[in-house]
Amino acid sequence: MPVIEAHALTKTYGELNAVDGIDFEVAPGESFGLLGPNGAGKSTAMRMIGGTSLRTSGTLLVNGLDPETHGPEVRASLGVVPQTDNLDPELKARDNLLMYGRYFGLPYSYLRPKADELLEFAQLTDKAAEKVDNLSGGMKRRLTIARSLINDPSVLLLDEPTTGLDPQARHILWDRLFRLKETGVTLIVTTHFMDEAEQLCDRLVVMDHGRIVAEGSPASLIRQYSTREVLELRFGSERNAALVDRLRGFATRIEALPDRVLLYAEDGEESLAAVRRDGLEPVTSLVRRSSLEDVFLRLTGRSLVE
Amino acid sequence: MSELTLSVTPPDTDRVARAARQAARVRRWGWWYQAEWRLFSMKAYLSSVFGWAVLVPLLYVLAMGVGLGALVDGRSGGIDGVPYLTFVAPGLLVSTAVMSFSNEMMFPVMSGFKWQELYFARAATSGSAGQVAIAELVAVTIRSLGESAIFWVVLISLGATSGGLSALMIPIGALSGLALGAPIAAYSATLANEGFQFSMIQRFVLNPMFLFAGTFYPLATMPVYLQWIGWISPMWHGTQLARALSFGLPLSGAEIAFHLGFLIVAAATGCALTIRNFRRRLTK
Ligand SMILES: Nc1ncnc2c1ncn2[C@@H]1O[C@H](COP(=O)(O)OP(=O)(O)O)[C@@H](O)[C@H]1O
Ligand SMILES: [Mg+2]
Repeated sequence: MPVIEAHALTKTYGELNAVDGIDFEVAPGESFGLLGPNGAGKSTAMRMIGGTSLRTSGTLLVNGLDPETHGPEVRASLGVVPQTDNLDPELKARDNLLMYGRYFGLPYSYLRPKADELLEFAQLTDKAAEKVDNLSGGMKRRLTIARSLINDPSVLLLDEPTTGLDPQARHILWDRLFRLKETGVTLIVTTHFMDEAEQLCDRLVVMDHGRIVAEGSPASLIRQYSTREVLELRFGSERNAALVDRLRGFATRIEALPDRVLLYAEDGEESLAAVRRDGLEPVTSLVRRSSLEDVFLRLTGRSLVE
Repeated sequence: MSELTLSVTPPDTDRVARAARQAARVRRWGWWYQAEWRLFSMKAYLSSVFGWAVLVPLLYVLAMGVGLGALVDGRSGGIDGVPYLTFVAPGLLVSTAVMSFSNEMMFPVMSGFKWQELYFARAATSGSAGQVAIAELVAVTIRSLGESAIFWVVLISLGATSGGLSALMIPIGALSGLALGAPIAAYSATLANEGFQFSMIQRFVLNPMFLFAGTFYPLATMPVYLQWIGWISPMWHGTQLARALSFGLPLSGAEIAFHLGFLIVAAATGCALTIRNFRRRLTK
């Protein structure tokens, strides 16, 4: 049985279709991503899964139950990491875990050792008695993740888990999430960072304006919608657009961005050599592998992060 | 041996059954789990709550009861047949309870949705949106009972009331608080930003209700066109009941039913609206 089954899932706010009839399924133990820019409808979809946002239409089953009619049952095996941390800043780190666990109706005899174990997991043992107000952003995020695990959930919803964190803090978090995945927890991650999606997700859907525009594993999406490599050329902002037509012959596809031109090709170095043979000398050039960013650009004509 | 190996991996149905058991418990008791922690968090300002609960009655009783009381008692021999201090004490208990309850239902409620988003955190647990509202109302009612109890002890120690029946002023204080606090909570739950509305409530609702609720002199001495403010003020209804309990202000059965009925209807309506508005906001 799939952990999540969404069919024609829709949420409208007045005139706006925040989530516009999406279909997806998530299998147990899978790490599933919702990738899309701000406003794509990712958070709204996450809230509907937890039953904390009532859907406008469509069907949704979480562990076989409708979260609107069986909210307490669904949430009992769900861990939620919201987009913005909503820890109690006045309470100590450990008390935040105990309190949250209590809300799930769990006894303190279970919660006390569990809280210590999770503080360890989140590398916050030495901050157990610290007021949350005094923790850094990265620590708060880790504490929020620890909190989401207090009820030993089988499904974890992570809404932009690393937004706003520095690179080191992100890598610590990713590492923790890998370990969770290894224990069999199903991860559902939203992000607007392609590298995060590539790191964390077995499979993902690309969302834009409330719709799903593509679905697959990161590698298969790149294969399907992009070339193996990308050649990034800068000729200076005035010349970039003017040269597009002349560059067309050197690549499968071309995207002209305000600050650079992207040439999609199987072999970037070869394309670069060809461009040079043609007498064009870019100010800078860079060959890199295609990423989900390129997939998004191809699908929507826009960048993921504006 | 082989049996041992089998029992190592718990079947998935175990997990489902456990979740169902937990959820059933939370459906019944979730409101209390949350109220407990709301009360625990008040610990941070417990000393100030306590200090306030002792200081406010002392100040009021000294200023109004003793200062003004000397004047009133000297001129007219008290009000309603009792010394001024005795007359004014129940009203002070009730209006302090209402003020304090109402304040706790303004910024803290808004903050639960807006700044700290603690309500959203609670709604993401097994608890339901309605329970978040109930927990808030229950916790503050319990706190109000505590404050009124302290107030009552101070009044006794100053000789402003006697023991016995007057202890019932404690629940009357909390009920009066709920009768205004719950409608305010319902309103606060709809506010999207800032909360300048709260200073308006303070100025144009709480203060007039306090000043025109017959706290310092019988409402009947006011011109009728001002008396209506008292009639719609939970402070007046609570004060009248508290006076009957504290020094035996003679009230007919119908009057008692009217005052008590007003408070209960206002509190119940306020609670229902609070639950509805919390639900709407937390499942948007
Ligand atoms: N409570 C709400 N009321 C009105 N509009 C909302 C609400 N929540 C989200 N939206 C709108 O729905 C759209 C999708 O929002 P959201 O799900 O937060 O997107 P994402 O998480 O992908 O950035 C946005 O246009 C947002 O402004
Ligand atoms: Mg979002």
